Amino acid sequence: MNHVFRLQVGPVAFRIGSEWRGPVAALRRLYAGYPEPGRVCDFTVRLEAQRPWRRWLRPSVAIRGDYVLPDAAPLPLALGLIAAEMGMNLQMALGQKRFLLLHAASVERDGRALLMTGHSGAGKSTLGALLGERGWRFMGDEFALLDLERGLLHPFPRAASLKNESLGLFGKVDPERLGPILEGTPKGIVRHLRPNAEAVARMGEPARPVLILFPRFGRDLEPAVREVGAAEAFMRLTQASTNYVALGERGFDSLARLVGSVPARAIDYADCAQAEALADSLWRAA
Amino acid sequence: MAASLYAADRPDSLSFVELDGLTLLYHRRSGLTHFLAPPAPQILAALAAGPADAAAIVERIGADFEIEAEDPAAAIAARLAELEAAGLVWRT
Repeated sequence: MNHVFRLQVGPVAFRIGSEWRGPVAALRRLYAGYPEPGRVCDFTVRLEAQRPWRRWLRPSVAIRGDYVLPDAAPLPLALGLIAAEMGMNLQMALGQKRFLLLHAASVERDGRALLMTGHSGAGKSTLGALLGERGWRFMGDEFALLDLERGLLHPFPRAASLKNESLGLFGKVDPERLGPILEGTPKGIVRHLRPNAEAVARMGEPARPVLILFPRFGRDLEPAVREVGAAEAFMRLTQASTNYVALGERGFDSLARLVGSVPARAIDYADCAQAEALADSLWRAA
Repeated sequence: MAASLYAADRPDSLSFVELDGLTLLYHRRSGLTHFLAPPAPQILAALAAGPADAAAIVERIGADFEIEAEDPAAAIAARLAELEAAGLVWRT
């Protein structure tokens, strides 16, 4: 690989190699201030030319690494940041064995963590990033890592991936923290937001989960809260986990402990102010 | 025709967790997680004493629980068929 970037995100160390300078330069700028891994990296992501000659003619990035999906679609070079993000997701989803991996956003206050999970488009990523700008410590918008022994949530504060309309909610952040506007991605317009300095400085600090939220966004929804029983929470979290089955009984035990000890609520909201108010009131009661 | 005898895995190869009146079961042999409602967990517990047919299971469960059904053996036989489809019991 001609260009290499090493990146520590929470407890996971990545080595991202690219045949082009562009994606690595964009990663260096987006992740300015992140610690460099001090040891052997957990995962390698490789951004390679789909065919050798395509490095020069209409370059197209194929995502490779320790774990490969044979039919992963190549992306145009301009979307190198997205390719790197997808590569990191893929390595985590297929290779992570130390933690139960939940497709969830998480934030922390007073040493206690709020976990938010839901289908794509439910708003967990936006909510996580938003709360991270409003007095909470941002722990991650994509993956929450549940410690299999102690039941603590570990941060995975990669750059938050802001999409489409949600970009307008972050107009006041320092522009230095924002990546380039990426159009034509599989999820529409995407712009990355580097977590604030506190989130980066404290990426090694886990927190005890005390509340699980299943947010649901809809323009016509009335704000509402519904209690989610432990069995339903268990089922929904197995669906939100990429490695539950691979972890076997250790995954079963840790998830059963989580839902048995942490209350869960489903919330409906039509705008972020409602969601923030609901999260705040439920947090105070938890 | 003699009633079918059913067997289940030994209790030490199953892990049970109670949540909200449901029982979560981790089945070590398959690595699968199951959500069970009564009387399925009670049937598996009854089979820990050895293979049995539906009528014998009714007797074993009846020692500890009241079974609310007009024909308890038929009700248990229906649950046994479901457990068999899930791979948690089999006919001997």
